[in-house]
Amino acid sequence: MTIMPPRKHGDASDGVVGGRQTRFEGSLKVTGAATYALEYPVENVAHAVLVQSTIPAGRVLNVNAETARAAPGVLLVLTPEDDLGFTVASDWGGNRPENQPYYPLPRHVQFNGQPIVAIVAENREQAFEAAKLVSITYEEAPHVASLDDPNAGEGKLMGNLVFNWGDAEAALAAAPVQIEGTYSTPREYHVAMEPHGLTVKWDGDQITVWEPSQWSHGMARTYSEWFDIPYENVRLISPFIGGGFGSKGAALAHGAVAAFAARKLGRPVKLALTRPQNFTNYGGRAATRQTIRLGATEDGILQAIVHRGASETSTYADWPEQTGAATPILYKVENFSSEHRVVPVNTVTPGALRGPGKNPSSFGIESAMEELAYKLGMDPLELRLKNYADHDYQSGKPWSTRRLREALTEGAEAFGWSRRSHAPRSMRDGRTLIGWGIGCGTFPVLQAPSEALIRVLANGRVEVVSGAIDMGQGTYTVLAQTAAEVFGIPVDQVEVHLGDSRLPGSAIAGGSMLAGSILGAVHKAATAARDELIGLALNDENSPLRDTGANTLTFSEGRIAVPRGEGPSLSLPELMAALGRDEIETRRNTLPDGASAQEHHQAWTTMAKVQGPTMGEYSMHSWCAHFAEVRVDEDFGTVRVSRIVSAFDCGRLYNPRMVESQWRGGIIMGIGQALLEEGLVDMRNGRTVNNNMGDYLVPTNADVPDIQVISVGVPDYGASALGGKGVGEVGIVGVAPAIANAVFHATGKRVRDLPITLEKLI
Amino acid sequence: MRDFSYLRATSADDAQKAALQAGAVLLAGGTTLLDLAKCGVTEPETVVDITHLSSLDGIAVDEGGATIGALARMSEVADHREIKAAFPAVSESLSLAASAQLRNMATMGGNLLQRTRCSYFREPGVFAACNKRNPGSGCSAIGGVTRNHAILGTSDACIATYPGDLAVALVAFDATVEIGSRRVPVDDFFLLPGNTPDRETVLEKGDIITAISIPASAAARNSTYLKVRDRQSYEFAAASAAVGLEFEADGRTVRDIRVALGGVATKPWRARAVEQALVGKALDAETVEKASSLAMEGAVSQGGNHYKIELAPRVITRAIEQLGLKVGGLA
Repeated sequence: MTIMPPRKHGDASDGVVGGRQTRFEGSLKVTGAATYALEYPVENVAHAVLVQSTIPAGRVLNVNAETARAAPGVLLVLTPEDDLGFTVASDWGGNRPENQPYYPLPRHVQFNGQPIVAIVAENREQAFEAAKLVSITYEEAPHVASLDDPNAGEGKLMGNLVFNWGDAEAALAAAPVQIEGTYSTPREYHVAMEPHGLTVKWDGDQITVWEPSQWSHGMARTYSEWFDIPYENVRLISPFIGGGFGSKGAALAHGAVAAFAARKLGRPVKLALTRPQNFTNYGGRAATRQTIRLGATEDGILQAIVHRGASETSTYADWPEQTGAATPILYKVENFSSEHRVVPVNTVTPGALRGPGKNPSSFGIESAMEELAYKLGMDPLELRLKNYADHDYQSGKPWSTRRLREALTEGAEAFGWSRRSHAPRSMRDGRTLIGWGIGCGTFPVLQAPSEALIRVLANGRVEVVSGAIDMGQGTYTVLAQTAAEVFGIPVDQVEVHLGDSRLPGSAIAGGSMLAGSILGAVHKAATAARDELIGLALNDENSPLRDTGANTLTFSEGRIAVPRGEGPSLSLPELMAALGRDEIETRRNTLPDGASAQEHHQAWTTMAKVQGPTMGEYSMHSWCAHFAEVRVDEDFGTVRVSRIVSAFDCGRLYNPRMVESQWRGGIIMGIGQALLEEGLVDMRNGRTVNNNMGDYLVPTNADVPDIQVISVGVPDYGASALGGKGVGEVGIVGVAPAIANAVFHATGKRVRDLPITLEKLI
Repeated sequence: MRDFSYLRATSADDAQKAALQAGAVLLAGGTTLLDLAKCGVTEPETVVDITHLSSLDGIAVDEGGATIGALARMSEVADHREIKAAFPAVSESLSLAASAQLRNMATMGGNLLQRTRCSYFREPGVFAACNKRNPGSGCSAIGGVTRNHAILGTSDACIATYPGDLAVALVAFDATVEIGSRRVPVDDFFLLPGNTPDRETVLEKGDIITAISIPASAAARNSTYLKVRDRQSYEFAAASAAVGLEFEADGRTVRDIRVALGGVATKPWRARAVEQALVGKALDAETVEKASSLAMEGAVSQGGNHYKIELAPRVITRAIEQLGLKVGGLA
């Protein structure tokens, strides 16, 4: 069933889905009126700071905090001696071990920078001064600093990340052309502009948490489980967040500590991580390493892909950064083998960072494909088109939609790829070498059940209410557009309330799954409210539309009328007045009818109901092709990206302005990944030493070239109710290999380990 | 950050008296002080605010040279028309430093005193050993992550890089630092770490930099500052060079050349060996390249910073070439 008539994406009809409506909450943000988690004025708040481990592995023998306890303003000192009484909360799938204790301030040190002691004082500066007075005695244990540590070992094979079809080794051995390369990516960090932190306030056994969140319901569940209180007793508030990039989807140790301290002290507590602590208190993207071997015929037909990858994880949890995530689905290949391992090292457990898995995976396969192209003497664009995957060779399923061919050809056209000169080092401008490269990207379509509430008020305003999150990607805007379209009213007649775990449940703002999921619920609830209005308008004895003989009504340009425009027309407030109604409220979700209360709770607070890309009859993904031009100073080895053209298939775009902004943001982040970003680990103690924004570099405006983004998608109603696929993650995927490939074309040097800093080229 | 008292100086003399107190520090632009206080390296007991002392913020340029008040802002000096004409390398060194916001806040005197970005220096809670912070405690950087550390002027006690740009241009053109009535050449103002890396300059307790003066010269007028780094903006130099060049009347033979390096040494580094090798010579690519490599005499690699030994001479070479081409002395 087509829920709405297909609309050409990019249609500039402001105010409805598909239009280029400007950011709904933009004026609040630029005027400073948008309140972020740590800005809420909470009376009588105390301030907590953390004392972190300075060794990478071992055991706390003793904490001497006596002078800290006596320091001015200090209210509370928590050490591993204190039993905080927590048990381990559910994982993302909703699985919870029984009665397993959880120590947010542990005695066993698992990484350098782990919180060991917390100090709470009247003000933050007092807490910091007291923290300096704490002395911790350790018994050190041997450590593994990083994936590059000689003692790291080959790690654990992830059984669920082994994929084989055909006979890859045999086909590879028989292939007349073969290449092999080992590609690595370093530890990378989110560096969101807004650091992590929270304010917690207890009222009896009710807790309010102001904390930046990509998932208000999921994080509320964790707090409720830690404190063994009903879910309803937790309220997590996060209407605005200053960037998450995957880091703000889960409650973390510092949240547990702050919440405990607030309850113990009987007063609100604020804990703001320092910028350096944002490098230790939650994980960034794990360092990865993968070896890819490709076999092809002499005319460039892929015969086999063999992939062996590894990523670092912590010593206490397995987080695979799947280096083989994009490898199986980008090209047509009959013989395939992939394995991924995790290597425990002494780090905080890594986490999701924009384009998890697909991102390093694409760096491997897209670098390898260009290596193959050069070995064959073939245009890398031609090689990619020659091996175009007509269906998903991994699942065997047809694509729902896959316009990667159009992305490659239209991107190439816009970039001027046909003017390329094939040989490396063949394009230059004085001492500057110029190179062009391609990188393809993909990200799966994920869907999760969501719920929304629509309220039509007597004054004609329409409220959209959901616990969903807007972390800058445009949730407010597209939800306002959706309601405006259903009711035929201007966007400024809509109010959107988001970011509160007490509001209806929603998919996480992550995995590019929110818009496709929540729009379905909002559309359903709004349509139900409209249908209710139609029913009342046609039947209520006071309604001017009652005797028109119509069996439905149109909602257009702010007027409600019979189809074909004959008879009376009313505005929404006029109709509400005629009906004598103060409000009409509908609440709808996208769970199957008759889902139990428990299923509702599970759907909003865990990932258990998330639908993967191949769970239905199709294989569903977003796709993109990036074309990069770099200028490399041949004496200095400095790389500047001078131009990027990227073409995307993300299905229908609910708001091209918001989407293009996300794509550009992903591309810019990809430039950082390609050229600048790297957590530098001191092998002697496992500490990331460049733990601040002066030393961990991300692109500045001067590093951002002209970026042209092109949409080649078509509505994909298999992927979501309104035809969109995900847009947020895919933008970064493929950028780093496009740049690395361009650097090779410019210089003749193949850099297989990111970032491509100058010393690798001089 | 611990509590401190704040004192607003009413005159330079007043400021000097206040600065003599134990635990007192001067506050000018504050861009380094606040940063260091936040990471726990500086723990002032008294902050003496000198920002409003208008006698210290003038910029005067005449035929003999420039005198720049210590409180002049980086951005003011960078954009000053006469400074740009007479000392392009100075102006460029300022424009290529920090960010626009910082340049609008930071002062010339404060800029000279900015401290190293050595990660080990800046994280006292994790790396207890740092001879610069805590004399005699050792050096955590040696054997650690050394990509940004110095290759020149290092000692067993310290390998921290002097991070600034301005002082590199100043040392090339024989600028002097005015400390009240004392005048100290920039080259002597900064100290090598030796066994006392905690002593970075000749300043004594209570001393206040009042001005910087730069003598005019033909080489300064034909000068450039070239800064190489991975990020296009807002990054410290991987290597940088301030170069000034004057030819004889024949337009080919070098009469005067000034070369200084940044991003590679423990202090602003005048490369006199390069200068001496080129004075009296007619420039060609080979001569320049050979002379530039002399700057690396005595360079010590820590591993992670080895690339700087390759890079720095290339930066000198390019800067000389750019200037030479500009005045037509390089074929």
